[in-house]
Amino acid sequence: MNASRRDFLKAGLAASAALVPVPAFAQGAGPRVVVVGGGFAGATCARALRHADPRIAVTLVEANPTFTACPFSNAVIAGLRELPAQQFTYERVAADGITITRGTATAVDPQARAVTLADGARLTYDRLVLAPGIDIRWGALPGYDQPAAAQMPHAWQAGEQTLLLRRQLEAMDDGGLVVISAPANPFRCPPGPYERASLIAHYLKTKKPKSKLLVLDAKDAFSKQRLFQAAWAELYPGLLEWVPLSKGGNVTSVDAATRTFVTDFARHTAAVANVVPPQKAGRIADAAGVADRTGWCPIDPVTFESKLQPRIHVIGDAAIAGAMPKSAFAANSQAKTCAAAVAQLLAGATPAPPKLINTCYSLVAPDYGISVAGVYQPTNGQLADVPGAGGVSPSEAPRATRAAEAVLAEAWFRTITAEVFA
Amino acid sequence: MRNAAAAVIGCIAIAAAAAASAEPPAGAASCSGCHPTSPRLTSPVPRLAGVDRAAIVRAMQDFRSGQRAGTVMDRIAKGFTDEEIAAIAAWFAAQK
Repeated sequence: MNASRRDFLKAGLAASAALVPVPAFAQGAGPRVVVVGGGFAGATCARALRHADPRIAVTLVEANPTFTACPFSNAVIAGLRELPAQQFTYERVAADGITITRGTATAVDPQARAVTLADGARLTYDRLVLAPGIDIRWGALPGYDQPAAAQMPHAWQAGEQTLLLRRQLEAMDDGGLVVISAPANPFRCPPGPYERASLIAHYLKTKKPKSKLLVLDAKDAFSKQRLFQAAWAELYPGLLEWVPLSKGGNVTSVDAATRTFVTDFARHTAAVANVVPPQKAGRIADAAGVADRTGWCPIDPVTFESKLQPRIHVIGDAAIAGAMPKSAFAANSQAKTCAAAVAQLLAGATPAPPKLINTCYSLVAPDYGISVAGVYQPTNGQLADVPGAGGVSPSEAPRATRAAEAVLAEAWFRTITAEVFA
Repeated sequence: MRNAAAAVIGCIAIAAAAAASAEPPAGAASCSGCHPTSPRLTSPVPRLAGVDRAAIVRAMQDFRSGQRAGTVMDRIAKGFTDEEIAAIAAWFAAQK
C-alpha cells in the first residue's frame, strides 16, 4: 500500500471516529479528561468540566504548586503591587474533585490516547485539553537566549522574571535609559508591552524623573494605540518615546552583556533592558503534533478540538483563536466553551455554535484605565468578530471615565481569579 | 398572522426554558469573567444569578441601543440578538 493511500485510510478512520458519536459513558466508568496546564485556560476548563458533568474524571497536570498571574504583573514591575497578590494555589481546584498531578507533560500519543510526564508517568484519556500557554522562541531574536534573560528580562511569564525587572528599575540611577522591545504579532497580551511602558513611565516620572523610556517596536500599529498615545502625550511627554517599525524600531539582535539593542539604523545601550521576545505555543503543543508551522495551534471554533489531531483540544494563548486576542479573559471564555463542548462530545451530543466575549483592561497610570472588548462567533471555520460589536474605550472621555475603568480593571482581576482559583 | 407571531413567541419561550435547564446558552459562559458568580465577592459589577429575567433583557437592550451608558457593556451588548439575550436572561434568572 502506498503512503498516500495509507494516509487516506488513516484520515478516513480518524474522520469516522470524529463523526460517529460514541458516548464514553457507555463503556462503564466515567470518561477521563486530562487537562495540561493550570493557568487561566486550564484551571478554568478543569473546573468547568466537573460542573458540566460530575461523572467526568478530570486530571489537571501542572508543574508549579502556585500559579502566578500575568495580568497586573506590570503593576508589580512598577512597584504599585506586590507579587503575592498575583499568586494562587490549586487547593480549591482540587476540592472540586479534580486530581492535580504535579509534573510536566513531555509527550502525547494520540493513537493510544496517553500523555507521558517527565517522571515517566502515563495518563490515558478519552479527551485531552492542552492549555500550555506560551514558550519563548529562544534565539529567534539573535542574541536572546536563556542566559540573556538574566541580564535583559522578558518578564512575559510572571514570577521571578517580574521581580528581576523591578529590581533592575529600582537599582537604576535617575537619568538612566530604559528600553523595551516589542515583537511582531501574534504574542501573549497584545496591549501588554504598552501597558508596561506606561506603568514604567509612571514609575520614572514619580521616582526618577530625569530618566527616559524608549519602546522599540517590530510593528507600526498596536492594540488600543490611539488611547495609549493620547494618554502618553498627556501624562508622559518627553519621557516615553515609541519607535515603530517604519521609523527603525525593529530590533534585529541584542547583546546581553552590554544590554544593547541593535536595529537597522542604530544601537541603543540601556541601563534597564526589557525584551518582549517572539513566542510560540507551550512546548507540549509541538510534542503532541497540534502546533502548525507558525508555532501556534489551529482549532475548530465550536469545540476547540485541534485541526491536526483528533480528541485533543487546545485553549488559551496556545490556540489560533481567529480574532480573539491572547488574553486571560479570552482564555477563561474559551475554557468554559471548550469544557461544555467536551462534556457534550463525551455524552455523544453535538455542541451548538458558541459565542465568546473578550474584555481586556490596560492601566496607563494607577488611576487611568482603558479597555478593549469583543464578541466572537464561528464564521467560515474561524472565530470572527461579530460585526458591529466590540471596540475600545471612547477616545474623548473625562478623567472620571478613565478612573472608573482603572477600578473596573482591578475588580475584573479579583472576579476572574476568584472564579478560576477560589 | 397572529398565530404565526404566537408560534414564534412560543418557540423563543421553549428555547429559553431549555436553555435555563442545561448548558449555558451561547455567550452566557463568558459573563462570569467580570460578573461575579460568588455572592461573597464584592465588585462594582453586579452578580447576575437569580436576577429578574426582564431586568436583564431590558439592560442588554438599553446598552445595545445606547439608551444606557456603559463602560464595556455598550460594546458587548451589540454582539447579541434579541433571541440570544432572551436565552441568556432566562438562564441567569434560573441560577441560584
